[in-house]
Amino acid sequence: MTLAGIFSVETAAQGAFWVVVGLTLAGAVIAVFPRNILYNVLGLVLALTGVAGLYLFLNSMFMALMQLLIYVGAICIAIVFAIMLSRPLHLELPKRSLGKVAGAAGAAALFFAANLAVAFKTNWQAAAQRSADWSIATIGHLLLTRYDLVFEVISLVLLVAIIGAILTAGYSRRLTS
Amino acid sequence: MNCLASYLFVAAALFSLGLMGVLQRRNLIGMLISVELMLNGANINFMAFNRFLTPEPAVGQIVALFVMGIAAAEAAIGLSIILALFRRLRSINIERAQELKG
Repeated sequence: MTLAGIFSVETAAQGAFWVVVGLTLAGAVIAVFPRNILYNVLGLVLALTGVAGLYLFLNSMFMALMQLLIYVGAICIAIVFAIMLSRPLHLELPKRSLGKVAGAAGAAALFFAANLAVAFKTNWQAAAQRSADWSIATIGHLLLTRYDLVFEVISLVLLVAIIGAILTAGYSRRLTS
Repeated sequence: MNCLASYLFVAAALFSLGLMGVLQRRNLIGMLISVELMLNGANINFMAFNRFLTPEPAVGQIVALFVMGIAAAEAAIGLSIILALFRRLRSINIERAQELKG
């Protein structure tokens, strides 16, 4: 590879892609393994931001913005609010049972191997392109015409979830005591 | 390498890490975090297939948006259940939640 090839745009884009992949996987590892729940949430923020970067590499500005808005902005903040219910961080941590960790690691490794085998053994055939329109206006138009049902079902599910959350969290005190 | 296989690899890794977290943790909030990781792995798969294989790019984005809405609803319900469980048991360790009475 020549010097000009090293500093070309494609090489820079590839490097940025692998950096984003590394950030995502590192965030996922931080989100799963440390015992301190605060590190877990920060790792989740890192992983979700990395996934937003992957969406940018997949051409979709809209989904990257939605990922940042919904996941990082709403879900992670809601989880941060719930952290205060966790056990105090200065207490001695109970030991993890080795059998449970080994079983979990074995199951996850088995699933990972099976998933990779399916992904790499399959001969994926691309369908014929009917349109290559990635604009946000098209998605908005389709959400209000052809995929109207999806839009309505999301709003109904969110409404039911909010009412259910208020009932479970707010009224349970009155109902149980 | 911006091809389908690398995205499938990342998605499988995220899903497996989330699966391991759900199986080994006892803290309910930690389990919720792992479930979010699993949902994101599935979402990456949707977006990657949408980018490389489907005839129209809008469909996969709408499906991924639907998954995000479901994830938001799941987080809201899950956190309120955690709150109710904490009021009852004074702990969010799932091994304390072993009775199914009323």
